[in-house]
This record gives sequence, C-alpha cells and structure tokens, in this order.
Amino acid sequence: MTGDNEIVVSVRDLHTWFELRRWGIVRVGNVRAVDGISFDLKRGESVAFVGESGCGKSTLARTLLGLHIPTSGKVFFEGINMQELDRKGLLDYRARVGFVQQDPYGALPPFMDVRRILREPLIIHGVGDRKEQESRIRESMEDVRLSPPEEFLHKFPHMLSGGQQQRVVIARALMLKPSMIIADEPVSMLDASVRVEILNLLRNIQKTRQLTLAFITHDLSTVRYFAERVFVMYAGRIVEKSTVDNLLEHPAHPYTRALLDALPDPDPENAARMRELPSGEPPSLIDPPSGCRFHPRCPHAIKGLCEVDIPPDFEPGEGHTAACWLHRQ
Amino acid sequence: MPETLTDTLLRVEGLKLHYRTRNGVVRAVDDVSFDIRRNEAVVVLGESGCGKSSLAKALLRIPPRNTQECSGKVWLNGTDIMGMNEEKFRKEVRWSEISMVMQAAMNALNPVVRVGEQVAEPLCLHRGWSSERALKHAAGIFSLVGIPNDFMRRYPFELSGGMRQRAVLAMALVTEPSLVILDEPTSALDVLTQANIMNVLKRIKREMGTSFILITHDVSTSSEIADRVALMYAGQLVEFSNADDFFRNPAHPYSRLLMASVPRLRQVIRPEHIPGQPPSMLSVPEGCRFADRCPSRFERCVKNPDLLKINGDREVRCWLYEKGLKS
Repeated sequence: MTGDNEIVVSVRDLHTWFELRRWGIVRVGNVRAVDGISFDLKRGESVAFVGESGCGKSTLARTLLGLHIPTSGKVFFEGINMQELDRKGLLDYRARVGFVQQDPYGALPPFMDVRRILREPLIIHGVGDRKEQESRIRESMEDVRLSPPEEFLHKFPHMLSGGQQQRVVIARALMLKPSMIIADEPVSMLDASVRVEILNLLRNIQKTRQLTLAFITHDLSTVRYFAERVFVMYAGRIVEKSTVDNLLEHPAHPYTRALLDALPDPDPENAARMRELPSGEPPSLIDPPSGCRFHPRCPHAIKGLCEVDIPPDFEPGEGHTAACWLHRQ
Repeated sequence: MPETLTDTLLRVEGLKLHYRTRNGVVRAVDDVSFDIRRNEAVVVLGESGCGKSSLAKALLRIPPRNTQECSGKVWLNGTDIMGMNEEKFRKEVRWSEISMVMQAAMNALNPVVRVGEQVAEPLCLHRGWSSERALKHAAGIFSLVGIPNDFMRRYPFELSGGMRQRAVLAMALVTEPSLVILDEPTSALDVLTQANIMNVLKRIKREMGTSFILITHDVSTSSEIADRVALMYAGQLVEFSNADDFFRNPAHPYSRLLMASVPRLRQVIRPEHIPGQPPSMLSVPEGCRFADRCPSRFERCVKNPDLLKINGDREVRCWLYEKGLKS
C-alpha cells in the first residue's frame, strides 16, 4: 500500500491461559487458549486471522484489547509495553484501538439511541463539548453511510436492521479516531447479501484512514478481497503467515491446505464428489498433543519428529512462514 | 391431480402460510408450488425472512400458534397429505415419511437423556418398537452418519458440535423416511465439520435413496448436494432450476445478483452486494416483489409475474422471460 512500514503492534511469545479450578480452589489445569504467538502488524495493513472455533482467535483479540491479562509474553502497541500501563494508560490505549464485535445487537445497549451510543466513548474519554461531540457523531455516521444522520440519531438498536446495527458498531469503534481496529467476525451474524457491503465499508475506512485492521474470521473465501496478509491459527498457535495471494496459491501448512480443500465454491460439480478431509477434530486446549498440534490429524506427519518437537516457523518463501517440519531446510 | 407410478415423490401446489401479528398479516409463504422427485436433493435458497423455514413448517404441518392461514395441496406418492386428519398424518407421514432437522436442533437435544435413546425414540413412538429393538436399529444409523457406536451411551454435552449435528441427522433418518427436510444444517459449524456433514449427506442420498429439501442461505455449501435449486424471495419462488443451470447461468435478476455476491475462493471475482432490502412482509408491493432492487426493471414490473417456464424445465418469475422478450 504505502512505503510506510511502521510497526503498530508487536506481539512476542504471547500466552493467555485460563485457570481451571475444582470447587473454585484446587487448580486442576489450564485452558491454553493462546499458547505462544508472535507477530507484527504494520500501519495501514489489514490482516486476517483465520481459524476454526476454539482455536483461540477471539481470546487473542480480547488480549490485544486489554480485556484479558496475558499469562506471559509481551504486547507492544506503538512501542509501549502494554503490561506496564496503569489504569489511565490503559484507558488511553483503549481509545487508540477500536473493537467491532461479532453480534451487533448484543454489542449495542438496547436502552440507548444511536446518538447516545456514539456519544458514550466521547463522554468516557472527555472529548470536546456538546457541539463538537455532535459534529463528530454526524461525521462518523456519514463515514459508515448512515445518512442522513437525522433519520437514525433517535433510533434504538431494535429499530435498525442487522446491517445498520453493525454500521453503528463500526461508527462507535471509529469515534475516538483509533489507529487500529480489531474486528471479531464482523459479518458472521449478518445476512449473506449484507456481508459484502459491511466488509467493503470496513475495508474502505481502513484504507482511507490508514488504519491497521485485525480481521478475525473463519471464512477464507472473503480474505482475498479484504486483507493483505493472513495468519492461520490452529489450537492456540499461528501455524502459517503469508500474504493473501501467496497463501491461496501455495498453502504450505497441511492444515491450511485442508481448510482450503474443504471450502466449496458455488459449482454444480461439487455434488458429484466427496471431499477429502483430515480425520478427527481439533484437540483439547487443556491437554494439547505433544509436538505439532496438528500431527494426530496430519496426513504427512513424520514419525519420531512431529509428535516430539514443536515445529518452529520455517520460511518456504519470502514473507511466508509455516510452522511445519515438512518445510525444514 | 394425484400422480402414481412416476418418479415424483412430493407435489406441492399453492402452499400458503400466513401469520397474524400485531401489525398485520405476514404472508411468509405465499402460493408456492413445486415438486420433488425420488432420490433428489432440492435446495431452497433465500435471505433470512424470505419464508424458507416457514415452507418447511407448512410441509410438516407444524404451523406456529399465530397462524392465520395454512392451506394448499400437498401430495406424497399421490396421496393428499394436507387433507388428512391430524392423527393419521402423525402416524403415517410425520417422521415415518417426512422428517426434519430443525434449525439449531443440535442444541435442542435433551441434556439428561443418552444420545442413543433420543435417536431411537422415533421408532418406539411411530412404529411401536421395544426400546431394545429400536436401539439395535439406531446403531446402524449411527454408523451411517459416522458416529462410533459407543457414543450412543453418552450425553449430548459429551459430544462436539459436529457429532451432535450428526446425531440429530441420525434421529431424522432412523425411521427411513423418503424425504428429509434440513433447515440450515451446517450454518453453526466450522468449515471442516461443515464439509464432513455434506459428505455424510451425499453418502446417505446415495445409499438410502433419500430425497432432501435443504434450506439454507449459503450458496456455496448448497452446491455440494443440489440437484435442483429453488430460490425464494419475499414468500414466493422466483426461480426453480436444475443445479447446473442455476449455478452456471442463473436466470432471474435476483439469482444473478445473488450469485455475484458470493465470495469465491478459486476465482478472482470481486463479490458485489445486492443494493436495497427485501420488502416488508407486512405490506408486499403489488407488482413484482423484487422490482425495487432490480437493475432490469421495466414497465411490465408493476404487475406481479407468474412463474414462467423457460427451456423446458426451468421456471422463472420474471417478465423478461415472457415470450418474445428473451429465451
């Protein structure tokens, strides 16, 4: 996009575990939802985090938002270590990162009208006087094409369609002019015909404002159009990172290949054949498999290696990493 | 007109399901006619609120309480099943001949009853079998949908989402019905699980000769099993075509826009959204219901078109296909 390669977020060996206790006292184990993740996000790029449910992608998003405290590892946002922030610092941080939730109706308070919902972040962060607040509300409503604003300002969430609700959620995320947006499955609750529209809107806003967009999704078929890079997650770890085109043309990790093979295009020939799928199901995050987490399901698992050692990130190509022993040099 | 000795399994004519609401009458299913052949999968596509789930409810004769009108003719193997009395319908049709996997049924399993018993229950109820005999028969269906037999003794919470979805599928298949209605069977599942369920459906269709009505909004997944596609819009069928024609050469303007809105993995075609919104079902427009959003709208569209036959076996509700305008 631009020559600007400034790194906005830097995550190093991040772990977010949830303690499991019996009777609320005895520790019996951990759910290792995010288990050793490192990556950098640049300014103005859109990165899709792809994975199945339970792979830790939402936990990762919530950790980045400062809603979960990481068990270990570091998150740097614009050079500042998040763990060192005090209450005030964290409040400022949250103003710099917008969040677009999965379920727009659940994310909007039912007793507030659109004007109040959009004013809320300005009140909390003490931005501007009433007049300035009003003009910022109208401005961001125009940005998400809720126009004319007069028509929507007095409406309550239940009076809006799913697509309009999600626009309000996006407008709210933009109110404090953040430098990054985290969108957790922003369209999975919406009707198929509205999805493309909302994704286009997010993508345009991200491009024109040079925002960093972390776009969490389970749908690989949309990433080509709405992201520059893709990170594929499996059982709490990132197994492959690549640019979008390269990933779709030359998937390196067997799990990525399985995902791509399983996704149908609308093609009448699909009905004539069965799909090849890996056996089994994603592992438990309480007691994940040793070595590579995909090895029990992997058709290419190398005996004596894959079940023993965790594969590091190998580089099958430039700007392309895969945590898989098949790509060891 | 009853049909016998043909390959038509189910024939639906003028099916209507209207609801009474505080704001007026919602015509969720408004004069829908179609037919399903033996061992055929018909996919009913449409946006939410277009009446596709209501269609299933009308076919199984389980209209909700606020129903104002539920009418029309349905023949199963030549027998009129809408005119049947409820007791006979319950004994001879519902679940013995037509069964259904409801939307999100996998979350509606009874949490305190073992999965095997729940799957076997229809046999005890509809055929009066003893529970041992029913359980033995259910074991065969469990293998067919790909659940190991020792899972029959487990409770629903001990099964993953994909396994529970297969269990409710087993429940619909256990009485070996000739038609199974599936309402969004894969929409809450992950990509790999989704592909797996579609594989199971294909196998059942091949091995048991079952017909399916698959209700979904997911165009890509529907192509995994569709023999024919019925597209609904605002309570009406707007196109009914075989799968080859529908996916390669959609006829109705709405079908074309819908196909263009599907993101594709293997082709670089930017998906386009469909502008506008479906009409409110409380006050559907007089003319063509899609006219407001249609790029090819013209004077004729102030009147609602009938389903017009084109190329022999396709049906399209659009004035563009009126004789002489387009073939």
